[in-house]
Amino acid sequence: MDPVLLLLLALLGFMLAGSLIAVETRDLLSSVICVGAVGFGTSLVFLLLGAPDLALTQVVVEILILVVLVRVIITRRDKTYTASRATLPVGLVLLALGVMAAIVFGTLMTAEEEGGLQMRRFGDPLLNEQAEASIMAPVGEPEVALTKTEPRSIGGAYLKHGVKSAEEAEAQVAKHLPKPPNASNYVMAILLDFRAYDTLGEATVIFVAIIGVYAILRKVGRIRHAGNVADR
Amino acid sequence: MQGMSPIVKNITRLVAGFIALYGAYTVLYGHVTPGGGFSGGVVLASGLVLVVLAFGVGLEQSVLSDAAAKLGDSLGALLFLAVAFLGYGAGMFFVNLLPSGETGRLASAGTIPISNIAIGIKVGAGLLSLFVALAVFRRYRAEQRSDTGMEA
Repeated sequence: MDPVLLLLLALLGFMLAGSLIAVETRDLLSSVICVGAVGFGTSLVFLLLGAPDLALTQVVVEILILVVLVRVIITRRDKTYTASRATLPVGLVLLALGVMAAIVFGTLMTAEEEGGLQMRRFGDPLLNEQAEASIMAPVGEPEVALTKTEPRSIGGAYLKHGVKSAEEAEAQVAKHLPKPPNASNYVMAILLDFRAYDTLGEATVIFVAIIGVYAILRKVGRIRHAGNVADR
Repeated sequence: MQGMSPIVKNITRLVAGFIALYGAYTVLYGHVTPGGGFSGGVVLASGLVLVVLAFGVGLEQSVLSDAAAKLGDSLGALLFLAVAFLGYGAGMFFVNLLPSGETGRLASAGTIPISNIAIGIKVGAGLLSLFVALAVFRRYRAEQRSDTGMEA
């Protein structure tokens, strides 16, 4: 097995353990430190995956956030976290775990079969330098396999393959290649077709941020609602 | 928050519909003209914020409740995720499997318009709920306390 992949799996396990401890521990300071550990694990993952600029940003942000959070925790001396917290119904948790296990199991077991649930193999992006790259070749260049020594403009490739005529699209589909989105607004073709994963991630970030704002600013918190007014 | 003067209210009555129309246009035609789900959703949310600012919290409580905004936020996110899982119909996550159609028409580009609508709903409702949470909750609470004679 690839040593980098092993290291990544070990880091993933470490980060999962850190997240679980951060959620479950009763001590707010330990929770914040666990979140910091998960963040540093993320930056190591970025480094191993070959994104040093992201790793640097992650480290800097993590240090800043950790310092701010620790400062807030130490200053407030808030004891409300020691109250018992409500938990989700067991059936709901089991259902979620079952769906997750089914997706992971189905993806892993049927990946090799024709027509099975497929995810891209790790380290094999959709726009790799093999088969798909020949169809994503930049404008004006022959449609040959790109080599790693010759980086080319990906913007040109988007411009070339965003809109195609019906015959070209049919030829692509016959060769089992992704068909062109045919959106005249190329930005949307990139955001919601070529790079839709990124957009899904951004939408998730906004969603979680708004949920967080609501959790902090809602009219009546759960603890105060239960009759405990010690938090203010 | 009592709302603003009659001038502001009347002008809001005049322009709010056009703002909403422009937002809907930006969302629906995102794959044809510049724009898209995010910008159109922001236009829609700013129109709603204008209405809330001009007419005060009473309207917000009755028509544009924060529960509805939260519901829209969640529904938009789920719809976008559903579009992503729709790709499994063609074998892989996020495959654009609907017919591409003719470039420049409204019914083209496969799943991109659906994703745009989902993001438009999500961003519009999300930003509105953010505004409601940040600007209205506390002031409304303070007003309620002062109305009932309680010290804020």
